[in-house]
Amino acid sequence: MQGRKIFKGKIMGEALVTGEDISFYGGCDPETGEIVEKGHHLEGKSVSGKILVFPTGKGSTVGSYVLYALKKAEKAPLAIINRITDPVVAVGCIISEIPAVDKIEIEKIKTGQKVEVDADNGVVSIVE
Amino acid sequence: MGLELTKEEKEMLDGKHGKATRKAIEIITTLGEIYGAERLIPVSSVQIAGVSYHNLGEAGLEYLSEMAEDGRTRVLTTLNPAGMDLSEWKKHGISEDFAENQQRVVDAFKKMGVITTCTCTPYLIGNLPHYGEHIAWAESSAVCFSNSVIGALTNREGGPSALASALTGKTAEYGMHLQKNRVAQVKYEIKTELNDNDDYGLLGYVIGVRTGKTIPYITGINHATTEQLKSFSASVATYGGVAIFHMEGITPNRTPIPEKIEVVTRDDLNGARTELDDEGAEIDFISVGCPHASIKEIATVAEMLDGKQVTAGKTVWITTAKPTKDLAIMMGFYDTIEKAGAFLVADACCAVAPLEGRFTGLMTDSAKACFYARGKNKFKTEIRSVEECIKEAVS
Repeated sequence: MQGRKIFKGKIMGEALVTGEDISFYGGCDPETGEIVEKGHHLEGKSVSGKILVFPTGKGSTVGSYVLYALKKAEKAPLAIINRITDPVVAVGCIISEIPAVDKIEIEKIKTGQKVEVDADNGVVSIVE
Repeated sequence: MGLELTKEEKEMLDGKHGKATRKAIEIITTLGEIYGAERLIPVSSVQIAGVSYHNLGEAGLEYLSEMAEDGRTRVLTTLNPAGMDLSEWKKHGISEDFAENQQRVVDAFKKMGVITTCTCTPYLIGNLPHYGEHIAWAESSAVCFSNSVIGALTNREGGPSALASALTGKTAEYGMHLQKNRVAQVKYEIKTELNDNDDYGLLGYVIGVRTGKTIPYITGINHATTEQLKSFSASVATYGGVAIFHMEGITPNRTPIPEKIEVVTRDDLNGARTELDDEGAEIDFISVGCPHASIKEIATVAEMLDGKQVTAGKTVWITTAKPTKDLAIMMGFYDTIEKAGAFLVADACCAVAPLEGRFTGLMTDSAKACFYARGKNKFKTEIRSVEECIKEAVS
C-alpha cells in the first residue's frame, strides 16, 4: 500500500490495530505503553514494540511528549500507521524518531499480521 | 505543488545550523506537508505552551534539555504558565520536589533564550504583535485573542511546534495564516446585555458548544473591555476549539457577513451557567485570573478585599504574570490582597498547578477554569462574577 511519509525509517513487526482514535496524553501510560483510556478498544493492551495502526490522534498537544517518553523508556511502538496523521502524533513521531506513514487504508490490516513499514518511501506491506 | 524550501531552510534540514534547529525545521516542514503548505513564512513572535512540570513530566523535560544543548531562539519568545509561582511557591503549598523540577523546565527554556515570564496573556506584558503580523503561538486563549482582537495570524500551535518556530523563526503557511480560512461562517445575534467576565465566559461556552470549530461573527455587543474579550477568547477556544472570531464594531478583521444566523438569549447564558455550576459544590477554593489577571483586574480585587479577611478554610488565588505582580507590589495592591489572606500568585494558574486533592470546590469568574478544574483536578465548580467570587471568599 502506498501512503505518505510522516517520519523516516524502515522496520518490520506485528500489527496492533484499532478503529478508534488514540489520545496519548492521558490515554497511554508513558512508562509502560499500556492504553489506559477507559472504554477504549485497546484498553489494557500495550503499544510497545508493535506496529501501531489507528485512524488518527486526538487530545492535548502534550501527547507528543508521551511518545517521546515511551521512546526513552524503550516502550514505544516500532512504527505508526494512520489513515491521517494529526499534528500531535506527527510531532511526537518526529521528536521520538518513530517511523510513521499515513494515507493508508488501515481497514486492510489486521491485528497480529506481520507488517513491513518503509516510511522513507511511504510504503506499507503486509508480509503474512 | 509540494513544499518549496529556501536555501537557508534546506541548510537547517541538513543540520548546518545544529541539531536542535534541524529537529525544529523537521517538525515545521512535516506539519507543512500534512496541511498542504507551499512554503514556510517568517514569524516575529512565539508563545510556547507545555511549561508546567505537572503536564510535561520527566520525558518532556528531557526533550527540552536536549533541544537546549544547541537550540537558540531567533524571535521574541514567551512562555505559558508554569505549575507554580517561581519565587513564592513555598507559601502556596507546592512541594520542594515539584519546585525543583519546575525550575529545571524554566531553566531549559531560559538557556534557549526564551523570555521566561510564564503567562497565558503575553500580549499584556510585552509580547504584543500588531495587525497582520504572522506569529506562532500556542495557548488556545492567546491564539484566539491574537487572531481575533489583535488581528495577528497564528494557528493553534502545540508546545513542540511553537518551540520549533522559536528556534527557526519560521512556520508553515497554512490554516489561519491564509485569509481564506479566516472568514466568518455563522452569525450570532446576542440578544442580551453582557455584564461581567463570567457573562463573556458563558457566551464563549454557548458559542463554542453550538458550533465547534466554525468561525463566528458576533453582533449585538456594543462595548467590551480587553479583560472581557480575554475571558471570551479563553472560553470559546476551550469549549469550541475556536481559533478566531469576529465581533462587529470591536474586532479589526474584515469578513463577509454569514447568512446562517444563530440567536443567543439570556436563557442560553443561564443554561450555560447551570452546566458549569456543579450541584453540591462546597467552595473552599476561589480563583480569579484565568486568563491571567490584568493590572486593572488586580486593582479591582484589591479594592474589594481592602480591610476584609478571607474566611478560615478558604484559599484565594489571584493569578497573574510576574511583571503585573511587580506592578501590583509597586502600587500596594499586593499588600492589600495578601493582608486580607488571599494570594497574588504569579507565573501559575489553577489549571496547571498540582492542586488535585487539595481542594474540593472552585468558585471562579472563568468558564475555562471550570473546564480544567473539573477535568484535571476533579473539583466541583461554580462560575460567578469577580465581585461574587470575592464576596464568597470573605463571607
